[in-house]
Amino acid sequence: MSGGTWSWQRVAGQGGSVFVTLFGLLILTFVIGRIMPVDPVRAIVGEDATREVYEAAYLRLGLDKPMWQQFLFYLRDVATLDFGTSIRTGQPVLDDVKRVLPATIELATFAIVFGAGVGVPLGVLAAVHKDRWPDHLIRVFSLMGHSMPIFWTGMIGLLVFYAGLGWVGGSGRMSQFYIGLVPERTNFLLIDSALAGQWDVFCSAINHILLPASLLGYSSSAYITRMTRSFMLDQLNQEYITTARVKGLSRRQTIWRHAFGNIRVQLVTIVALAYGALLEGAVLIETVFAWPGFGQYLTSNLLIGDMNAVMTCVLIVGLIFITLNLISDLLYRIFDPRTR
Amino acid sequence: MTDTSRARPAPRRRPRPGLIAARNILVYLAKAPTSAFGLLVLALLILAAVFAPLLATHDPYAQNLTTTLQPPGAAHFFGTDELGRDIYSRLLFGARITLTIIFLVTIVVGPIGLLVGTVAGYFGGRTDTVLMRVTDIFLSFPSLILSMAFVAALGPSLNNAIIAISLTAWPPIARLARAETMIFRQADYIAAARLQGASNARIIWRSIVPMCLPSVLIRLTLNMATVILTAAGLGFLGLGAQPPLPEWGAMIATGRRYMIDSWWLVTFPGLAILSVSLAFNLLGDGLRDALDPKQMTRR
Amino acid sequence: MSHPILDVAGLTVRYPGAAQPAVRGVSFQLGRERLGIVGESGSGKSTVGRALMRLLPGAEVSAERMRFEEVDLTAATERQMLKIRGARMSMILQDPKFSLNPIRRCGLQIEEAYRTHVRSSRAEARARALAMLEAVQIRDPERVYDLYPHEVSGGMGQRVMIAMMLLTDPDLVIADEPTSALDVTVRLQVLKILDDLVREKGIGLIMISHDLNLVRNFCDRVLIMYAGRVVETLAARDLDRAQHPYTRGLLAAQPRIGGKRAPLPVLQREAAWNEDREEMA
Repeated sequence: MSGGTWSWQRVAGQGGSVFVTLFGLLILTFVIGRIMPVDPVRAIVGEDATREVYEAAYLRLGLDKPMWQQFLFYLRDVATLDFGTSIRTGQPVLDDVKRVLPATIELATFAIVFGAGVGVPLGVLAAVHKDRWPDHLIRVFSLMGHSMPIFWTGMIGLLVFYAGLGWVGGSGRMSQFYIGLVPERTNFLLIDSALAGQWDVFCSAINHILLPASLLGYSSSAYITRMTRSFMLDQLNQEYITTARVKGLSRRQTIWRHAFGNIRVQLVTIVALAYGALLEGAVLIETVFAWPGFGQYLTSNLLIGDMNAVMTCVLIVGLIFITLNLISDLLYRIFDPRTR
Repeated sequence: MTDTSRARPAPRRRPRPGLIAARNILVYLAKAPTSAFGLLVLALLILAAVFAPLLATHDPYAQNLTTTLQPPGAAHFFGTDELGRDIYSRLLFGARITLTIIFLVTIVVGPIGLLVGTVAGYFGGRTDTVLMRVTDIFLSFPSLILSMAFVAALGPSLNNAIIAISLTAWPPIARLARAETMIFRQADYIAAARLQGASNARIIWRSIVPMCLPSVLIRLTLNMATVILTAAGLGFLGLGAQPPLPEWGAMIATGRRYMIDSWWLVTFPGLAILSVSLAFNLLGDGLRDALDPKQMTRR
Repeated sequence: MSHPILDVAGLTVRYPGAAQPAVRGVSFQLGRERLGIVGESGSGKSTVGRALMRLLPGAEVSAERMRFEEVDLTAATERQMLKIRGARMSMILQDPKFSLNPIRRCGLQIEEAYRTHVRSSRAEARARALAMLEAVQIRDPERVYDLYPHEVSGGMGQRVMIAMMLLTDPDLVIADEPTSALDVTVRLQVLKILDDLVREKGIGLIMISHDLNLVRNFCDRVLIMYAGRVVETLAARDLDRAQHPYTRGLLAAQPRIGGKRAPLPVLQREAAWNEDREEMA
């Protein structure tokens, strides 16, 4: 029984299906890239290039070749991690992404800690008090988080907590004053500033990440709360809960030690998926908070039609999503004794 | 007389079972305070959209540079924007845009999802594998980011935003329709239809699609909150409705510059988005409860 | 029966939203004996067991009298109940597949019952649990201790359950259909283990079951329940001399080896059984 679920065959099968999805991902980004109304040659050579320069660039990009050949070139480029050059920054897109992604990961990680920290206890509470007022209250609270346009919440947050109360820092990852002072090692600002011992920068960074991360976390807590609640309800109806009560455990012990213990695995997978979904909110909240991250990079390149950068970003988001799905699946297998 | 004449009108007087179910669901929803609130907000949205010209106090596009950035008051209920346009009136006309988005996305996504899902579920085998792989690929992006990519490819406009949202919203519907079809495929009446010589297309269209329809409609309602937020997000990023259209997300985007001094520019459109998407979420939540057999029999 | 372990009078339980109470005016006493409660599904026999443990959240429980030794169960606080449950009164549930926590090792679950009530070291609790596993005739306690519930068979799972519930030497054990989820072949074996332990330790046992033969063989006294009330109480050996038509119907519906091959009679119900009458328990 334990051999069947954790066999190499299964792993290989899963690897195969991931591979197919990946391939489809590439086709999709390729197709979207092709139907772009922006002329990729013009974007490179500029509006007032001579005809010869234009032709040369046209041939260099391989646009005279048939579609399937162009796709093969695209595959080759992706395989060699050559995503072209961003028109806006003039640097290889991959370098750009390496620079901006840590800012987003920092934000998303804080957000998920907040989202799970709020969402999980609320979900448990709602399940325990099913159909009574705490449940209704929590339902409305979490649906609110799910219904808020995050870019608007961000603005209202800035208006209230930054402009009004002055509790948190405003836009950006840190105060203007500190920009450029921190030696860039990992591009994770909190890690870099801590490594350099610049604790004032560290505090400024914390101050700035608090508001966007908590708002982002709130929006993702809705999903986490709902799932936690339904997982808990499933468990609380199980017979082993009665067993625990018969043994003389209190309600609280039963809920946390037994029922919650049984949903931990499911929760980990849910949180992994929620982490991926955060990227979506990150695109919007980064725009509002002028957060120099992946989302802002994607948006600004999109608005000027920088095709290379946009398609690379979309591809990377897809990759992150697939990876998270895979990880959550693996975690499930590893942590649940029944699937070992 | 074995009264064939008297027996005939009887079934006609009985309302169709589908209608009874719809009424029961509506009654159930209206009884729960949260979903009743959802219904109310949606009713208000429709009323606002239909009667926008009557309810509006100003022309939503009329600029008046002498009354820019007026705070809310008697002359302008929700104040004016940077071009002196009345925000209250713009919100009302914005409701029409929101309804258009909802309507168009529904009529595009429903059929696509149904088609892909029922075909995959009915034929199974390789057809199923291929179609579900395609669905998975679409599902492996967050919907906003995929919509952004599509809009980038098509060019920013309201219509393209709707197309982009539709392109990203069909996969969950297809998944659902497939799952339902897999259940019905085994049913005896499908086998009977096949024995009578009905074509596959006819079986899918006449026997399977009607069975999938209710759950698909519910799922569409549930997803509508996401659709509205995505549309507003695209509008906010400048990828959706273009100015001067009074789309709520775009209104927030332009109001952002004046936010610190004129809070009403962003506050009211945001509240409008929030209440409509909350309404859909509450309604969806209620529908889920109303249609969950486990919930219904429990009490 | 000068000093009963359990003394119940007029126990009534109503679930929220239900038209009829699930249990109506049930009265009985229990000494250091083995009492069987028999009835078909829905007759309220399981509800009685859970009402005694005070584990019916949401349900409306009332009784004229419900005493467990010196404790008044109708008035006991939840805190008092926590001291009683698992220590002095415990319950064996039906199906080990569901009644054991799937992600905790069997041994730890057994230990937990002990550690909840007795201040003890880990090693001491472990030794106790292993000894108890031995007492329920598990040959390799060390191995079973480390197994997860899905890795043990039904019969072994139920023995783990028995070990868990008897570890604290309770005065009363309620066994709620303890063998109906098990294979027929291991039923008797598991029952024998339970029976031996109960006799040896002098524990009062309430055996809830739908199986007349089983109750007849393993109990001293039998309560017959129908539609939430006790219709008849008799000594197990007098079961054949039952007066009530329902009990007689149940008995008649039992197949017998060597009996007639004619179809078994279908139980005829009468509305009169539902009507109120004085309990003579």
